[in-house]
Amino acid sequence: MTRQLLKGNVAMAEAAIRAGVEAYFGYPITPQSELLEWMAKRMPEEGRAFLQAESEVAAINMVYGAACTGARVMTSTSGPGISLMAEGISYIAGTEVPAVIVDVMRGGPGLGNIAPSQGDYRQVIHGAGHGDFFPLVLAPASVQEAVDLIGEAFDLAEKYRTIVFVVADGSIGQMMEPVSLPEPRPPRRERPDWAVGGAEGRPARRLTSLYLKPEVEEEVNLRLVQRWQAMEANEIRYREYYLDDAEYVVLGFGTAGRVALSAVRAARAEGIKVGLFRPVSLRPFPTEAIRDLAARSKAFLVVEMNGGQMLDDVQAAAQGQVPVRFYGRMGGMVPFPDEVLAEIHALVSEPPTPAEAPRARWLAQMVS
Amino acid sequence: MTVAAPTKPKTTLKMVYQRPEALADTPTHYCPGCTHGVAHRLVAEVIDEMGLREKTIGIAPVGCAVLAYDYFEFDGVEAAHGRAPAMATGIKRVLPDRIVFTYQGDGDLASIGMGEIVHAAARGERITVIFINNAIYGMTGGQMAPTTLPNQITTSSPGGRDVAVQGFPIRMSEILATLDGAAYVVRRSMHDPANIRKAKKAIRLAFEAQVRGLGFSLVELLSTCPTNWKMTPAEAMNWVRDNMVPAYPLGDYKVAPELQKLRV
Amino acid sequence: MAAKGWVKIDETLCKGCELCVAYCPAGVLTLNTERLTPHGYHPAALGKEGCTGCNVCAVVCPEAAITVYREAKARPRAAAVS
Repeated sequence: MTRQLLKGNVAMAEAAIRAGVEAYFGYPITPQSELLEWMAKRMPEEGRAFLQAESEVAAINMVYGAACTGARVMTSTSGPGISLMAEGISYIAGTEVPAVIVDVMRGGPGLGNIAPSQGDYRQVIHGAGHGDFFPLVLAPASVQEAVDLIGEAFDLAEKYRTIVFVVADGSIGQMMEPVSLPEPRPPRRERPDWAVGGAEGRPARRLTSLYLKPEVEEEVNLRLVQRWQAMEANEIRYREYYLDDAEYVVLGFGTAGRVALSAVRAARAEGIKVGLFRPVSLRPFPTEAIRDLAARSKAFLVVEMNGGQMLDDVQAAAQGQVPVRFYGRMGGMVPFPDEVLAEIHALVSEPPTPAEAPRARWLAQMVS
Repeated sequence: MTVAAPTKPKTTLKMVYQRPEALADTPTHYCPGCTHGVAHRLVAEVIDEMGLREKTIGIAPVGCAVLAYDYFEFDGVEAAHGRAPAMATGIKRVLPDRIVFTYQGDGDLASIGMGEIVHAAARGERITVIFINNAIYGMTGGQMAPTTLPNQITTSSPGGRDVAVQGFPIRMSEILATLDGAAYVVRRSMHDPANIRKAKKAIRLAFEAQVRGLGFSLVELLSTCPTNWKMTPAEAMNWVRDNMVPAYPLGDYKVAPELQKLRV
Repeated sequence: MAAKGWVKIDETLCKGCELCVAYCPAGVLTLNTERLTPHGYHPAALGKEGCTGCNVCAVVCPEAAITVYREAKARPRAAAVS
């Protein structure tokens, strides 16, 4: 298969087009604007709908409208845009229509900066919006993985009638790597039986997230929970590296996981029995796999580009069976392998005590 | 007490008006005398007359008309507050041959939705907007709207709207007509039968604008809110005539040349 | 002589708002305070002779509750009251 050198944002856009996306509505925001720009050029070439909306608020509501027709539709943004989209995301979820949202994360909170971060973890696993709903969240660690996950995202969104987030930090959006793009899939012709589009020869359909009677809303809510159970049973994804005989486990997603892999390889070369566990589905979270690892490990090291967001989920999964350390860079700083290697060394030379508070130790290091 | 149908030899009764088919066979939750019902009926009549029922998708707002999709026999969706023009854009861009319209109140369109409506009009989005202006927030219990008149008493302007503090009402038709993407922007009123008839013609032309792909169309309809204005329905109609019409002049603010020659 | 007409008001829809009563040019509509609709309103009703079938009541009715008829000469296959 031929490989092309592509920027992450461009690769994700092209992957979506090849997955048969029919409409893209977005708004410029660094570090993902190239995705919007690629769509601006390519979607009209393919006879599909592209529109730069007046804001992320408008964009997500355009996505909502198109999703109601059963069309494959997506948007992309960064953290501040996800915040603006929170309302629309909740409506899409409450109406049970599918959509794909790409979040290319930057430093925050607030306006932050345009450097890479993983600061939206806690936000996107809760879908950013109000109420009980359950998005799928996928986290690539390379441009190729982003291409692959985008291809799956639309199918998953339709299978579960939910929102699928593909979250990458800014470096994945910006970096150029060799990728194999998939064969193009044409947009489908048939529409789902819940879609609106004109009541030709059939009764009128209504799509809403409004259920004024609590007993009816509860039925909807329970249905969303049931779909969530199915997602948890079927859609957990992770990658394991050098874990068969590992005594120490580093855990990280996206670029943090990729950087940690370099450190893990260096540590292995020194004879340290360390491995990497890299969640690819942040939601559903690979709780059981982590719990099993916790039972047979001496220590965990969670590495993130935030203040410890996945850390909390790892600790919950580990159920106190293993001490957990944390190493994070924030504000757009990207950790280097030698920093993570130093932390791995510390796991061996100053083993964590069960009572050790991971954030306190890390913070003391960072601000000293 | 009720007069029975006349039965004279050699005469029959011919039906000259009946409830439009595009209206669902269900009572509405609107207050007695609320002109939402009139507007719904006019839209349904136009949809019937133009034969558009099977191609139409309506977008309900947040406001008293939040359940509007239950009152029509065509496909409908629920938008977030103010976002109907964006949702309509999403639908029209993927289904350009369908008829897509929004139905919005003054809070939905002119307050939280100000960004969406201006940009939909600027883009010349080929959608139709039915804008119900009753100078108040009905559903949430009578708060001030962007279209509330100076000195008008509402629950969030209990002493009357003080323009020094709470600013001035917004004339949306005039604003939207300045945008090149707008093909048909007019203001009508529903405060008496003659004006209701004119309103229907305007709604017809607005949907004709969409059918002909001319651009964005909007009909602003001065409307009543008897409950929150604390009046009877008939008093409310007169209040529109005496207070709203002077503040919101009726007329055609933008009419594309192709529509000017149209006789419907 | 004015044309004769007749109106039928659907009591499951009428909310007794009295707009038809207010705007009827012939003044033949009234609120029937002796009846309650299933929703608890006093319905409008044709209380007097003299309806011309002018359609104004149907134009102003927010509930589309009114069907309007006009007398026409009977023809062998004319439309009848349904």
